[in-house]
Amino acid sequence: MSGEFLAFIILAFIAVSGGVLLLNLTKVVHMVLALVATFISIAGIYILLSAEFLAVVQILIYSGAITIIMLFGIMLTRHDDKDEPKGGWVKKGTLFLGVAGFAAVVYLGIYNLDFPQLNQELHVNNTEQIGIALYTKYIIPFELTSIVLLVALIGAIILAKRDDKKEADES
Amino acid sequence: MSSSVPISAFLALALILFCIGLYGALTKRNTVIVLISIELMLNAVNINLVAFSKLGVAPSINGQIFALFSMAIAAAEAAIGLAILMALYRNRKTVNIDEMDTMKH
Repeated sequence: MSGEFLAFIILAFIAVSGGVLLLNLTKVVHMVLALVATFISIAGIYILLSAEFLAVVQILIYSGAITIIMLFGIMLTRHDDKDEPKGGWVKKGTLFLGVAGFAAVVYLGIYNLDFPQLNQELHVNNTEQIGIALYTKYIIPFELTSIVLLVALIGAIILAKRDDKKEADES
Repeated sequence: MSSSVPISAFLALALILFCIGLYGALTKRNTVIVLISIELMLNAVNINLVAFSKLGVAPSINGQIFALFSMAIAAAEAAIGLAILMALYRNRKTVNIDEMDTMKH
């Protein structure tokens, strides 16, 4: 068993247990914190796949920004909220069977998938390779992404803005 | 640099995470948890993209670029989702997803 395989097993275990904790914990804040473990171990998986830049971006965006924004969302709504289990075992059982069936079907397709390994120098100057590809081949999608982010920013501000006139009428 | 972990292991991990996210998004009742389950599903897809970019038929940097783009779109989606949640909470005083049925016919 090589060190790479051992690292993969440990990271995969942390990722899956974070996901299982998300499903089983009762307090909302604890669920989000369990997801942080999953996000960080996914960053470790990226390093195993020689995507160092993506690993850093994953830690910055997911375990940093998105977790914080979700915690703000919890705090600004009902911070002591508990996800109380409601009955509906039939619905949950049906959903579980459906998801398990989906997993089984996809697993049949991937379990003995193997490609001949070609040597690709992805780990050499990884960030430089990404930068060159972004600014040559993918320059138009890259600029479109900036427009999407701008529109999302303005849209989020408009959606979350207090409607002063209407609230003044109500109060 | 060749990898000793087969590609099917990475794909199976991504499949498990995707199924956890799918089950959470369909069963949880708090809207914030539903949003973060969707983020988990997007992350699982990103693992697939990066795995194919290293161990796939034609390994190249393109898979990592796709993962970067999907991260950017996912961040925009999270911000918009939270803003919609805030607007809903101000009007309905609930974050419970099965009480948000105004548009149900």
